[in-house]
Amino acid sequence: MTTTFTHRFIPNSSPGVREEMLAEIGVGSVEEIYEEIPAELRFTGELNLPRDPLSEANVARVVKSILEKNRTTADYLCFVGAGCYDHYAPALLAEVMGRSEFLTAYAGIEVTDHGRFMAMFEYQSMMGDLLDMDVVGSAVYDGATASGDALQMASRVAGRRELVLTQNIDLDRLKVMLNYIGSWFDVTYVRDDPVTGTVDLDELREKVSENTAAVYIENPGYLGVVQTRPEEISRIAHEKGALLIVSVNPASLGVLAPPGQYGADIACGDGQPLGLPMACGGARLGILACRNEHKFVHSLPMLMVGILRTQVPGERAYTWHALFDRIFYGTREEARSISGTSSFLMALGAGVYMALLGPKGMRDLGVANMQKAAYAMGRLDSLAGVKAPVFSGPHFNEFLVDFSGTAKTVAEINRALLDRGILGGKDVSTELPRLGQVALYCVTENRTQSEIDRLVRSIDEVIR
Amino acid sequence: MTDLTDLEVEADRFTAYKEIDTGYRAVRWHEKTLYEQSRPGTVNDILPAVEPALAAEMAEVLDGLPLEARRAVPPALPELTEPEILRHYIRCSQMTFGYDSGSNVGVGTCTMKYSPRLDEQLAGLPKVTDLHPLQPEESLQGVLEIMYSMRNWLCELGGMDEVTFQPRGGGHGAYTNACVMRAYHHSRGEDFRDEIITCAVSHPCNPAAAAAAGYKVISLYPDPVTGEIGIDALQAAISPRTAGIMVTAPYDTGVFDSKIAEYARLVHEAGGLVSLDQANFNGVMTRLRAGDLGADMVHFNLHKTFSTPHGSYGPGAGAVAVKRQFVAFLPVPLVSFDGSGYHLDYNLAHSIGKVGTFFGMVPNVVKAYAYVLAMGSDGLRAASEWAVINNNYLIRKLLEVRGLDISFPNRRKLQEARFTLRKLYEDTGVSTTDFNYRLADFGVAAYFESHVPRIIDEPMTPEPTEGQSRDDLDRFIGAFHQISEEAYTVPDVVRTAPHRCIVRREIHDYESLTEVPFTWRVWNKQHRDAGGE
Repeated sequence: MTTTFTHRFIPNSSPGVREEMLAEIGVGSVEEIYEEIPAELRFTGELNLPRDPLSEANVARVVKSILEKNRTTADYLCFVGAGCYDHYAPALLAEVMGRSEFLTAYAGIEVTDHGRFMAMFEYQSMMGDLLDMDVVGSAVYDGATASGDALQMASRVAGRRELVLTQNIDLDRLKVMLNYIGSWFDVTYVRDDPVTGTVDLDELREKVSENTAAVYIENPGYLGVVQTRPEEISRIAHEKGALLIVSVNPASLGVLAPPGQYGADIACGDGQPLGLPMACGGARLGILACRNEHKFVHSLPMLMVGILRTQVPGERAYTWHALFDRIFYGTREEARSISGTSSFLMALGAGVYMALLGPKGMRDLGVANMQKAAYAMGRLDSLAGVKAPVFSGPHFNEFLVDFSGTAKTVAEINRALLDRGILGGKDVSTELPRLGQVALYCVTENRTQSEIDRLVRSIDEVIR
Repeated sequence: MTDLTDLEVEADRFTAYKEIDTGYRAVRWHEKTLYEQSRPGTVNDILPAVEPALAAEMAEVLDGLPLEARRAVPPALPELTEPEILRHYIRCSQMTFGYDSGSNVGVGTCTMKYSPRLDEQLAGLPKVTDLHPLQPEESLQGVLEIMYSMRNWLCELGGMDEVTFQPRGGGHGAYTNACVMRAYHHSRGEDFRDEIITCAVSHPCNPAAAAAAGYKVISLYPDPVTGEIGIDALQAAISPRTAGIMVTAPYDTGVFDSKIAEYARLVHEAGGLVSLDQANFNGVMTRLRAGDLGADMVHFNLHKTFSTPHGSYGPGAGAVAVKRQFVAFLPVPLVSFDGSGYHLDYNLAHSIGKVGTFFGMVPNVVKAYAYVLAMGSDGLRAASEWAVINNNYLIRKLLEVRGLDISFPNRRKLQEARFTLRKLYEDTGVSTTDFNYRLADFGVAAYFESHVPRIIDEPMTPEPTEGQSRDDLDRFIGAFHQISEEAYTVPDVVRTAPHRCIVRREIHDYESLTEVPFTWRVWNKQHRDAGGE
């Protein structure tokens, strides 16, 4: 490469600077420094990469032309959720998350990044209020890893080897959890009641014993059913000295019982429903919370922003430096935790969302989702051969639709719906063969009544 | 540490300026939390209205919920109007030192480089944000094409054969590699391999990932002269139980271990695998390919080397790249191309399953892709050269600062370096932490001291990257000269720093984390119990 190479992202590549700096260093060329790497290890071939830099305008043109090939939820009416949800995104989120200071900050200490840590403390606080839990960590990667972290935490807190998991967990999430569980636990599953879709309490009583470290449930469950007896589940776990871990959908907690209300020891979940973009499943926020008890807090495998006092009486330091020994920055392998750079920006966004909505907005959100989903279930159920929902228990915004009574498979129906500009529910017929031709639908506050009516009309056409 | 009296505080702020003036003063809003500004009953009309007819028909939807399944008490969230909330966050942002706020020379191991704003705009387009991951493949061809191209480029840069973008950070990437090792040995009936070797100056996510995957960790220490682990130490650590080695290259000290290919050979001979952490890739792009060194797997940090923003601490993206024989163990799905279209491939014989939700941090892959386009291989090579030149310029100049020495002085450093302030501390009692707090008074990002274990006393680890100008470097160096002089003449100015920042130093005087409020409700409870602040 010539020494006259300049680039808009490299301030010192302006003409003349290089020679002066190399002279200051005392080398004739940068190659002398690279001699630190043995010659035989240095790559000298040609890389199959675009060689020349592109101007900003050209990068924009190239990337936009490729992205044009995507179809979005503006092209398709979205009735699929299953871990990624089409909620309304308030304008303030993009504004705050796009602020250069938040967007580009990284390490930082309390005296320089007071505002960012204060905003993170507020996220934790608002999430604590929503969950009804006293201690909330900053952020882990996503909802699936949050479940995994919660289980690893339980392995430390409980000192027991057995784990009881709810039967119906999104298979993708379960795969993540099993990786995290590794060989720490022996896992048993507790089935759902085939009629109501809620955790089978009798079987739970049989499976939980003095060896059980924790009971893990999801509320609402993967198939959309809300647990009607959360206090009983909590009692069954706690009577045997087991922990209760609950994974939640935070968008439901304005109306549904928060995990703290029924005594959960650890709560987890994914924060994407709080106004964060779907982004092809990319932009996530793993939520992790626990009791304010020593053994729990000292096992939280993540950074947390707390308040310490400073040298000035009455002044607060918002800081993430409290006891690093829970995480690898403090104790390397002893921490047995893998969460480093996580998802702070998403947590800031979720914080803005909770602040904007407030207690009333969170309730309105929950009610709107339940009402619209209930409306959709009722209309769909009226179609010949269609059953919605499959389970009799209450639902939040997701529910199973059974098309077994029609002549069509879910795959065929979804294909035909796509031609009509509709993303149908997730096809779970292979995942749950015992339930027949079932699809997991989602209706959020973002769907209008007429859009739901359009879905119902379209399905009616498709199944005839 | 003792509290400052009110008088000392006043003295600091109003009379002693001349002594401690740095030409910088942080924005300091007396900003209360949202909770303290809350006015009950305030609401914002944000959400789509529920149609009256639908609402009427479904008015009793909550009645189906038993009491114990319903929320009993509304969440105690703050209640403020939209402009008040925005103002609060703007003020918080003004009290935050982002990369764009000024000089970020000192933040070693973090690769603080410019995040192009075009890339933010592109990843913020509805064509990215409004995609559902369960859409049919044919409707996601744009993002899949970008992921596939980025996969090809990372394979080229790493000398690897396949890439997964599922890990959402560097630690997550290292963990994925540890899981792949575990699955690989399991598939060969070699579960007895339960040890992973690392180096104490490799990023701590490596031993942590190994431990989280169930491995025992053996940490080797760098030779005090060469900064390398050395063949003998490695050979002593290798045994039939060796599952692999997980190290950073170059190390966090900026030293490149010249024996790395030999280590890979020895580990392979013993049946183990080699995982290289490429968090420090920024100084060697296009010049060093992990695959050529004998690595079986690597992880790249897109939020470091490939310019995606650090986001206050994520979301990042840790792309894992592996050699052909480990592809079958990767998490699903992979992105494939059949000559006409892009596909999500779930068919991997020994897949470890999943390490995260869906396909990973897709928006960051779009940003990294745009970055590579903007750079080209010539630009990536130049960026690495500049990261190395800037760092070596910084080293040369910082070594003129009284009290400062560099670790492994006989080794040239690549993109970063670990210094020691031991002499300054012995001479003046000013520690590296004191020094760092004082540095913050200059409108310069605080530096990174060191990961643990701190094998270098009073450490300081800068990494200027290619993104800083010589002026930025000189400002940083100038501050070091001034602080050193203060340490030798008026050490109290340094020991009581910062003086020009938003708040004073935090005091760690708790025994259990339960005493530290991590939520406002706990803060409230503690202060109610204590009878007010």
